[in-house]
Amino acid sequence: MDRVTALVMGFLSVVIVNNFVFTKFLGTCPYLGVSGRLDTAFGMGMAVTFVTALSGILTWMIDAWILIPLHLEITRYICYIIIIAGAVQLVEMYVRKFFPSLYKSFGIFLPLISTNCVILGLCLFLDVWETNNLAEAAVLSTGTGFGFAVAICIMAGIRENLVLSDVPESFKGAPITLITAGLLTLAFLGFSGMIK
Amino acid sequence: MANSSVKPNYFRAATVGLWEENPTFRLLIGMCPPLAVTTAVQPALTMGLSVIFVLVCSNVAISLMRNLLKPHLRIIMFTLSIATFVTICDLYLKAFQPLMSEILGAYIPLIIVNCIIIFRAEVCASKNNMAFSFLDAIGTGVGFTIALCILAGIREILASGSIFGMHIMPKQFVPWAAMQMPVGAFVTLGLLLGLSAFLTRKK
Repeated sequence: MDRVTALVMGFLSVVIVNNFVFTKFLGTCPYLGVSGRLDTAFGMGMAVTFVTALSGILTWMIDAWILIPLHLEITRYICYIIIIAGAVQLVEMYVRKFFPSLYKSFGIFLPLISTNCVILGLCLFLDVWETNNLAEAAVLSTGTGFGFAVAICIMAGIRENLVLSDVPESFKGAPITLITAGLLTLAFLGFSGMIK
Repeated sequence: MANSSVKPNYFRAATVGLWEENPTFRLLIGMCPPLAVTTAVQPALTMGLSVIFVLVCSNVAISLMRNLLKPHLRIIMFTLSIATFVTICDLYLKAFQPLMSEILGAYIPLIIVNCIIIFRAEVCASKNNMAFSFLDAIGTGVGFTIALCILAGIREILASGSIFGMHIMPKQFVPWAAMQMPVGAFVTLGLLLGLSAFLTRKK
């Protein structure tokens, strides 16, 4: 029972308290770039969640079962990036086959998921957090991806309304988006310290 | 850019990244480091120098192998060469700058997925000769470092009243704790972008 509680707490912690976008600034590029419309943002969030979960689990397995026993930690970054690129390729083929309209609306941003910092960041933070079993790694990676999806959907919702508001000429576009993001992080700061 | 396709303009390659195509202020790419490592000037400068190193090495390497690249395999070749140079940089920092390596933590390996480097590899190094790619990398890297240092300078002065650890503000100055937090990063960068858009519009 304790383990289940720990896993649930871990999940909530990476989604709300230690959200990667709000506390570690990872994935800021798509967060500012693809958050113009809610439906695209939602699709992006789901794609990132899937890739993050898949590559988080795979990199944890490779790291714990192959690289560390063989003392090959020096090749860690190269292995990680190959796994992520492979996972993105898989998602790209899947989306193109089953959701052609979504595939069109993503355009260039789909292959660019492989350069999304959330994914590599999570694989690296699994080391920093000293994750020592597969279940934890799986929960944390799914939670991180989900946290990114939550962040980008909130942002898209705000930006859809921001279009209608009267913003000073020089602040249109990126500057006002960044300031909005700043206020959002301030709101999420209220959760800090709730779960370690 | 029209004359660069006829005859490579080396001076332009080295200077275009400073302001006209500044990755942070004008192109808005590679936004994680400007937000994450700019709580003080010293880590920001270390980050900037690491990015210059990786950018120069990967641009030169990719430019040397540009005739061997196959279109469908080029992105993976870019990322692999970048990952190699980032590993070198990470090991160097761990050995000779342990304090900085601890502060920057995971953000050094995250240079691998920094869009600036892959962007320069795609639009410049895979099409131009070595000298041109080298100058382009220096220009972009220095432009990025300057942007990081401006942002870090503002945040460090307002958050702790000091710069490079030296106190410069008068005693009565009350530090703005918010500047140290994520909100400070987003709002400062937003205001700077607004300012740069305002200045460019006047011209």
